[in-house]
Amino acid sequence: MTIAFNEMKELDGRPRPAYAELSAWLAQVPPDVLEFRRQEAELLFRRIGITFAVYGEAEAQERLIPFDVIPRILSAAEWNLVRRGLEQRVKAINQYLKDIYTGRDILKAGVIPEDLVFQNPVFRPEMNGQKVPHDIYVHIAGIDIVRIDADTFYVLEDNTRTPSGVSYMLENREIMLRLFPELFSRHHVAPVENYPDELLATLNSVAPHTAATDPTVVLLTPGVYNSAYYEHSFLADKLGVELVEGRDLFVKGEFVYMRTTEGPKRVDVIYRRIDDDFLDPLAFRPDSTLGVPGLMSAYQAGNITLANAVGTGISDDKAIYSYMPQIVKFYLAEEPILKNVPTWRCREKEHLSYVSDHLAELVVKEVHGSGGYGMLIGPAASTTQIAEFRAKLKSNPKNFVAQPTLALSTCPTCVDAGVAPRHVDLRPFVLTGRDRIRIVPGGLTRVALKAGSLVVNSSQGGGTKDTWVLDH
Amino acid sequence: MLSRTADSLFWLSRYVERAEYLARILEGTMRLTTLPLAYVGTTNEWKTAVATAGNVNLFEANYAEANEENVVHFLALSAENPSSIRNCFETARANARAVRTALTAEMWEAINGAWLELQRYGNGLGTREEITRFLRWVQETSLRFDGSAYRTMLRNDSYWFTRLGLYVERADNTARILDVKYHLLLPNLEPVGGSLDYFQWAAILRSVSALTAYHWVYREKVQPWLIADLLILNPQMPRSLASCYENLVRYLDEIAGIYGRQGPAQRHARAIYTRLESSRMEEIFQHGLHEFINEFIADNNNLGAAISQQYLM
Repeated sequence: MTIAFNEMKELDGRPRPAYAELSAWLAQVPPDVLEFRRQEAELLFRRIGITFAVYGEAEAQERLIPFDVIPRILSAAEWNLVRRGLEQRVKAINQYLKDIYTGRDILKAGVIPEDLVFQNPVFRPEMNGQKVPHDIYVHIAGIDIVRIDADTFYVLEDNTRTPSGVSYMLENREIMLRLFPELFSRHHVAPVENYPDELLATLNSVAPHTAATDPTVVLLTPGVYNSAYYEHSFLADKLGVELVEGRDLFVKGEFVYMRTTEGPKRVDVIYRRIDDDFLDPLAFRPDSTLGVPGLMSAYQAGNITLANAVGTGISDDKAIYSYMPQIVKFYLAEEPILKNVPTWRCREKEHLSYVSDHLAELVVKEVHGSGGYGMLIGPAASTTQIAEFRAKLKSNPKNFVAQPTLALSTCPTCVDAGVAPRHVDLRPFVLTGRDRIRIVPGGLTRVALKAGSLVVNSSQGGGTKDTWVLDH
Repeated sequence: MLSRTADSLFWLSRYVERAEYLARILEGTMRLTTLPLAYVGTTNEWKTAVATAGNVNLFEANYAEANEENVVHFLALSAENPSSIRNCFETARANARAVRTALTAEMWEAINGAWLELQRYGNGLGTREEITRFLRWVQETSLRFDGSAYRTMLRNDSYWFTRLGLYVERADNTARILDVKYHLLLPNLEPVGGSLDYFQWAAILRSVSALTAYHWVYREKVQPWLIADLLILNPQMPRSLASCYENLVRYLDEIAGIYGRQGPAQRHARAIYTRLESSRMEEIFQHGLHEFINEFIADNNNLGAAISQQYLM
């Protein structure tokens, strides 16, 4: 296996320019000071109540995501490359979604096999021919990026449905500012605190044409039992908008209203953190109690903006992912700035036989899975696990894609034995409004806390770090 | 504001208030049962405690006997009793969590802290000392929560809905004590029966934290009709029905003021308040104390329903 790219140090041990200050500071800071700050940070998180629930555990447990106090640093030049790549990718995704639900030029041109779209459970036939306000489908995207070497960033996943984690990006920074003011004074770190303002400007800009000049925005949550409920209430508070549940809204005459103590109030934009399936029991799952009956009829009448739009899953599906470079070229006639991880589609014969023969080296994912569940990490798996997975793969090859085990870059991280490199990824949040695309510099860095582990998901023992983008 | 938010605020303070009331009932009962029988008569005070809490059917379905162990468990920690102190705090915290952004940090910490502390109490309260400490803690929690709300909330509809919940619940609680103990408060036409009832009267006053207040207001020894007067008509007494309704009318008017509209809830509250204001104790006794209290409990329930109908759904 190749040696992972160490973001702080060159091969000869000298610090890279962006990490020069941090590296010098780490060399002289006594270990107990670091440990003390770590405990302080945990205390702060607990007091604020930044918790998440883990599905499948008894009761709705409220747990903390481990926070690592050593920041992850990107130089201005590195961030610029990532930022341009993100803008390009999200622009292409929005054009692709409009095309898929209207003209379908990309299918006619044979770039993507039709069955991959039409037989895909995340494709929404209800959206066929449906116009969405200002032709924007994905208003909020959380694009997962990994770094392989000094110049190469791969996109790992395009999260274009209801990406979460931005509250951690914001709280991590607040806590770092409290704990390490002296470190900030030695760096010029681009701020992230304006994210809620940027998000509100984005949501206001995409109100439907029938809305008043001062549109009413709400955040729709599945409720307190959702694993991301803390984030929902945090964001609603920062945005200054009502945090609503499905039962707070109703549809009358193709308009959406919320029930207030002063009577019904019209709603124009819904930042929804509920999956498509649960949005409207009349259009999707009839057993959903989280949604709003009739919401789709108001949507189809053009009287409400849903952020993100219905049916965006057809752009971040793992089966579609491998076509993303072609999608960028098709709509923008540009070379993709951010690369894709090389991906074998097990639906194709040659790819399947290669994957089946090389399971021990590959990461194999379910096409519709998420959160790191149901995947095989070849190098870390036992022979029995591999054999079992091979059988699963053979019985339904279409359901899987495979990728090489990437040597994700590492960052210095506090561990029991002191400071050691651990693998990281990055989830920047890309906002698309009617006027422009907004990205606050950086994003959420997730870190695999176990030595050698590549799984950064919070549901599987990952932690987070503050992400610093320097202004030079 | 969202109707659901107002609803949660309303019920949040109702449940905290109810928890405090239950703690007072249990405390008073424990005190009465420590006295020699000759001083309190032969009634089963534990049974009375369940009646005062308003859950006789559920209790009888689950326990063979109304004794200290069973009643304390039922009213304090039972998971099956939806109105046990435990479930009051559970429900209050669930409501608080659903509307966290509408609460101040101090209120959240008071209710969340109580909920965390509650997890330490398993299924039983062993000794009387432990029970006493628990009941004190419940009352302190309520005081801290109420004080946090009073001292930290903006004076807007959020605050007024928490007040409405508090006073609807408090009026109900005071009326229930009167309902169960009314026979002790009737003017005694028989020859004075000695001091048998004195300790009962004192217990009633304690359960609404009014024993000291009584002496300040009436400056004479405890008389049953004066207790009734204090708990029903005296506007100075924070737990009296009149005081609760003075507040309910005031906060409903605040809400109507910013929303620019009076409704059935305002009219209903004002009608009840006017009746309390214009009543005299003698008339109430003539008309029948028990009937008066039963009517009041029904009226108070109707006000809760009217508030709900008008604002909370």
